[in-house]
Amino acid sequence: MWTAVCKYTELEPGRGVAALVEGSAVALFRLGDGSLHAVGNIDPFSGASVISRGITGMRGDGTATVASPMYKDIFDLATGVALDAPEVRLPVFAVRRHRGVVWVGPDVTSGSAPDAELLTAATPAV
Amino acid sequence: MVAHRFVSSLLEHAREGGLPAPAVTVFGAEDRPAYDRVRLSSWFDDRDPGGLHLEPYPEGAVEVVAPATVVAVDREAQTVTTADGAVRGYDTLVLATGSRPFVPPVEQHTAPGCFVYRTLDDVEAIAAYADGRRTGVVVGGGLLGLEAAKALTSLGLETTVVEFAPRLMPLQVDDGGAAALQARIAELGVILLTGTRLDRVVVGDDGVARAVQAIRGEETIAVDADIVVFAAGVRPEDGLARDAGLGVGERGGIVVDRLCRTSDPRVYAIGECALAADGRVYGLVAPGYQMAEAAAAHIAAASDERAFTGADTSTKLKLLGVEVASFGDAFGAADGALAATYSDSRRRVYRKLTVAPDGRLLGGILVGDADDYATLRALVGEQPPAAPELLLLPAGTAGAVTLGPAGLPDGAVLCSCHNVTKGAICTAIDDLAEKGAETGNGEVTTKQVGLCTKAGTGCGSCVTSIKSLITAAGGGSSALCEHFSQTRSELYTIVRRDRITTFAELLAKHGTAAVGGAAKTGAAKAPASAKEVNDGCDVCKPAVGSILASLGGLLAEAEGAGRKPHVLDGGQAALQDTNDHVLANLQRNGSYSVVPRIPGGEITPDKLIVIGEVARDFGLYTKITGGQRIDLFGAQMADLPKIWRRLVDAGFESGHAYGKALRTVKSCVGSTWCRYGVQDSVKMAIDLELRYRGLRAPHKIKMAVSGCARECAEAQSKDVGVIATERGWNLYVGGNGGARPRHADLLATDLDDETLVRTVDRFLALYIAEADRLERTATWVERYEGGLDRLRSVLLDDVEERGADLEALIAAHVDAYTDEWRAVLDDPVKLARFATFVNAPEAPDPTVAFVPERGQIKPLLTLGRR
Repeated sequence: MWTAVCKYTELEPGRGVAALVEGSAVALFRLGDGSLHAVGNIDPFSGASVISRGITGMRGDGTATVASPMYKDIFDLATGVALDAPEVRLPVFAVRRHRGVVWVGPDVTSGSAPDAELLTAATPAV
Repeated sequence: MVAHRFVSSLLEHAREGGLPAPAVTVFGAEDRPAYDRVRLSSWFDDRDPGGLHLEPYPEGAVEVVAPATVVAVDREAQTVTTADGAVRGYDTLVLATGSRPFVPPVEQHTAPGCFVYRTLDDVEAIAAYADGRRTGVVVGGGLLGLEAAKALTSLGLETTVVEFAPRLMPLQVDDGGAAALQARIAELGVILLTGTRLDRVVVGDDGVARAVQAIRGEETIAVDADIVVFAAGVRPEDGLARDAGLGVGERGGIVVDRLCRTSDPRVYAIGECALAADGRVYGLVAPGYQMAEAAAAHIAAASDERAFTGADTSTKLKLLGVEVASFGDAFGAADGALAATYSDSRRRVYRKLTVAPDGRLLGGILVGDADDYATLRALVGEQPPAAPELLLLPAGTAGAVTLGPAGLPDGAVLCSCHNVTKGAICTAIDDLAEKGAETGNGEVTTKQVGLCTKAGTGCGSCVTSIKSLITAAGGGSSALCEHFSQTRSELYTIVRRDRITTFAELLAKHGTAAVGGAAKTGAAKAPASAKEVNDGCDVCKPAVGSILASLGGLLAEAEGAGRKPHVLDGGQAALQDTNDHVLANLQRNGSYSVVPRIPGGEITPDKLIVIGEVARDFGLYTKITGGQRIDLFGAQMADLPKIWRRLVDAGFESGHAYGKALRTVKSCVGSTWCRYGVQDSVKMAIDLELRYRGLRAPHKIKMAVSGCARECAEAQSKDVGVIATERGWNLYVGGNGGARPRHADLLATDLDDETLVRTVDRFLALYIAEADRLERTATWVERYEGGLDRLRSVLLDDVEERGADLEALIAAHVDAYTDEWRAVLDDPVKLARFATFVNAPEAPDPTVAFVPERGQIKPLLTLGRR
């Protein structure tokens, strides 16, 4: 269910990496405030596996985002939703940091995991 | 077009009023859906009639019968009869028959080779007939005639325009305006015969047009003409109405009232076929649309709100590339009207304003420079904010008043296509800004304003005005993004002055959310939630990344640091956009292309072999680029360092094809080999390329050096173009290819090598310091305050005494240059970033796949084109 992917310190703030989790590519980000986010790596607009190579950002209301490097579509890192096309979204994965290791969990936006505990796990562990 | 507008409006009225949809039948004589006749000439650009089609009617809403010519109207029986004898009944009949070209009844005017210019069939026939022919004559020098002349020149014909009046466009411009227009058109190689009457078409033995004979004063002129196009005006197509006994004007046109009703209240007439209530026949599309709206409102809703009582015939056109605008009382026909004119026959610019004795603006004529047309037209009937002669001076002249739309009264109509006032636009901008501030994604755009008000969605001539209203409203179009209220240039100054070396520091000290930042800049928006905004976005991060890279050499020097920072160093690594992110160019399937630098396009056979071997061993698709180098496509991210290793070992370095930086310096072989070369263009190209390689800038920079005036390197389409002369080098700047091509401006002539390099140093450094984000030199040069003359005196005469400072930037860059690829190979930390997956570094990316094509590979895509 949970996959250990790398050390927390391997992650450069603001610069994503791709990780293989149960056969699929996940884009993993450590932001400037230390928070962790994991979303699907495939850009739904191009089909290319590139989201991890996007630029992270933050909107005025505190929404953390990533811009796809392909056509610059911007996604909300917390919900996976494309800001300019709300019907399009990336899967969002639970992610937590435990004893210096980053773990990626299940897709919290798929129907099979509506578990409230998992949703809270998507926020950074202290 | 007018009929199309009428039907669309009628259906919309029904929909809005919740009424049953009317049963509409449209008869069209042409075998095509409705199309945009105004842009007929643009057919010659791509020969695609589909590009002109108007929006189709909603499925099933309208019955279109075409081609079918209505030959009779029986008003008593309320029927129409088509040429094939079919009869149709009507409750209401709308005539939108347009007009027919007027062909002067000269001898042989119907000979093969004679055409009119009105329909798509006409232009297709002209194009087909022109094939292999050499000369063309257009009869008529009005709007339509000049359009036709443009078409003939684009077909490669030697073109002559014959106009009876003493000047071109006699209805829109006066003598002074026509002189400027004629001078510009003559430059394009079109021969103009004004004050000349067509006498007859001369045919050869085969009965086909060969020439025209015309009379100017006492003189008889013969002009070769394989093709003759009649564009000498139109006549209302009112025959059907005449036969049906409807009222028709003395000089043609179906008589209609304010609601566009003819003498029979069940029959309406709109557009060019109608003689409007003000006694005029309008040949322009905008009044036609207004008539269509008037008739539709009355028929659908019995409303007289859109009644048509006359129209503004102001026009702004681009004829053969020349801007011509005429508005209001252009000729000063009103009692006591006074005029102020500005004329510069060197620049072929003519501007005139007419004013009433009490100072109110009446109208004007603008030729060659009509940028402020929208503003001036909106001021008609008002007291202008400055004396008319000052309004006429070109921007940048001492004393000139630049008229922003900000100075207009609220009631002034800015968008005349949709009749939207400045006040309505400003209200929309304020609303949008407020909404934007609430949601935190605040930039107001002209597109949003268009969605709210329709302003700017018609002909588009007012979009610039809308943009400046947004700026004036503090809509922050000059702010880089929501994180920085400064422009890119201001941030450049701050970074340089305060020696800031990280994005985080700049954001913390000068960002909109910075402590005290909001108070300092005044325009900043506080974050909506308590959560601290501690990150930028995909706009400011790459822009700041670029500034830090441009200044890297200078800042390293100031700090006494030996080495210039690398774009993938620490915090900078997270700022880099798509291609800079991995120092290669992202392709549509997520793979990358690799371009090694080949300075000046000169390469040894051994190096060519290495490129070939690398491409073969890594399975890459190869293509020669327009910049005289070789692009290798289809590399997986994890393979990039391995590819670079092979290339770097063979003496290659990064070509920065991925960067907003110098790309290539293209060259011809020059005096070394070429019989015509006068200077060694290859050596100069290599010197320039090695000097500026890796120099980060607001946008990419392309250069070229040609060894003689034959210009084989196409230097005049580059940001910096150098062309050899007998005595040295001519320097051109601000050229561009791409979507908006621009010929470079000649900045200086006959420079020696040293002066050339020094001037290019200053030019590039000034561009880097002052341009906006993603602004090419072409637009920057175009908007440079004071124009090219000022730029020249800043760069060559150093009137602002910035020369040494500008040169220092480039000198520091040259000293600190290192190859970005090699630096990655030498640094394990950076190298680690090229793993496919952080937990499976060498695993190939399963989504990147290829299929063969023409002996190479191409991407196998999982999704279609976006």
